[in-house]
Amino acid sequence: MTIQFNDETFRDDYSFHNSDWAIKRFPFPFHEDSYMYAVNMEQHRGGPAGSVYEKRFDVDEHYVAEMRDRAMVLADDPLRCQSLPHMTLAGWDLLELIMVSKSEDYPDLFELYRDGDQWRWVNKPLGIDDRFTFLDDTTLPYGPMEYITRQTQGDFCVLDQREGNLWMDAGMVTTQADWSLDFDIGMNFFEWHAPVPLAHEKGIFVRALKFLLNIQQGAPARRLNWTMTVNPLLDTSPENYHKWGIQKTTLTPENLGAKQHLRVELQTFFRLPRSNGLVFPIRCYLCSFQDLMTMPKWGRRLHRVVRDLPEELATYKGFIDNRPMMLDYLSQFDDGQPTSAGVWPDFEAEPPLAK
Amino acid sequence: MSKFEFPPSIKSRPVYGTLEARPGKGHLMIADAEGAEAILGIATPDLMAKTHIIYIPRGAGFTDQLRALNPAQFYEGPTYAASVQRIRRVLQDAHMGLQVYLTGTEGLMGQAQNEAMQAGIPHTAIQTEHRGSVARRMQCVHCKGITEDVETDPFQCSHCGLNLFVRDHYSRRLAAYQGVCIDAEDPGNVPAPKGIYE
Repeated sequence: MTIQFNDETFRDDYSFHNSDWAIKRFPFPFHEDSYMYAVNMEQHRGGPAGSVYEKRFDVDEHYVAEMRDRAMVLADDPLRCQSLPHMTLAGWDLLELIMVSKSEDYPDLFELYRDGDQWRWVNKPLGIDDRFTFLDDTTLPYGPMEYITRQTQGDFCVLDQREGNLWMDAGMVTTQADWSLDFDIGMNFFEWHAPVPLAHEKGIFVRALKFLLNIQQGAPARRLNWTMTVNPLLDTSPENYHKWGIQKTTLTPENLGAKQHLRVELQTFFRLPRSNGLVFPIRCYLCSFQDLMTMPKWGRRLHRVVRDLPEELATYKGFIDNRPMMLDYLSQFDDGQPTSAGVWPDFEAEPPLAK
Repeated sequence: MSKFEFPPSIKSRPVYGTLEARPGKGHLMIADAEGAEAILGIATPDLMAKTHIIYIPRGAGFTDQLRALNPAQFYEGPTYAASVQRIRRVLQDAHMGLQVYLTGTEGLMGQAQNEAMQAGIPHTAIQTEHRGSVARRMQCVHCKGITEDVETDPFQCSHCGLNLFVRDHYSRRLAAYQGVCIDAEDPGNVPAPKGIYE
């Protein structure tokens, strides 16, 4: 299909919106009526046609607007994109991975022509047509990681692998769930996850690291993570928390359905061929509660998950104060009927709301 | 003097040990204030004959005692900032196998460790022992300014003036803990500051 790109904003007037197509393919993260941390990894080798899992790097109707927002974040704060000196080769690996994937997966939008190390990259939605020499930094307007991630939705952590650990040594991070690349750069896997409650005790990170260290070329993996965001704000950075934190207090019972968004991260993991690094794209999808409620199964389930979430997690995810108001809203969409297993909306099969 | 026992914390927070003399032909000891006592605790004439001590007293009176150890080299600096050029120069000349000992406040150990890491010494090979003040070196996540010797939580950023709460999340690269705005969701509602470990 040809994608119609939205003209929309993720700040100020928040004109971001999801089409019916985008709601239907939203990566709802709860496969059952409750939630607890898990490694929950699976292979990233496609998925149902039209789903966000189908392509290696999903492109959707928000692409152009998200790239515009990223450029604004970087103009305000260039430290959101950093690469330690030994990570340049991994940046080229990433550029190649994205250009090859996108030109194969979306030939109507992206084209890549290679003649030895002389490359031409055409990005039609963003109006880019550049020629450069592969592995020659001087032939691109930015470093290779910054160049390609200014053209790709989602945050990118580029990890170095050494000493049996993964090190956050480069990244492009402008749509983050409240963590700072500038602070965390150079940390190992356990250190940058240090503030996460409960999961260390459950051995989650030890198991996850073991899995990630063994990811092979051509065998990427993926998982989902989630949090809550008031207003469709992509840049929920700690750097700007003193500016956006106040927005959490603007919820009312009347505006909650439109303002409160479920924020889902599709995290994928790819081995990089030359550097043996690992790239960890974190793609953010936002959906308002009122749009989610158009799927009766998701309405029932979201209510039960939010209601039963342990207090530590609701605190860590930053919505403990708003949880009672969220539950008042969500309970209207839970009639107590059972839900089918799995994340899919099952719109045709699930009974309509009986309330 | 008794040592402060830091409460258990998250995995990015540094853990300090107890200095011990290790074999080696070169030794670099960097200390501030009460850190001098840790050096005095392990000093022997043999060790001192191969040791360069860099000491920042910060009002503590251990300079004469350290000098009396007869180290191969002794330098007293008025502040860390004044000493850092010398530390870099010493690390630049370091031979394989140099033993590095850091002791005193967290800010001193963190910054000196960072210099040693940049000189190619893995942080796991550097000995540390905390002595003296438990104040922290804090980075404001908002303006990026660093405030030294923070003793209370919350505290006011010395650069941008925001009221920040003291996190345990720590960056070796910055040698600093993270400070985050405490009243972002309720402007003006700043609890009375208390000691970080109270």
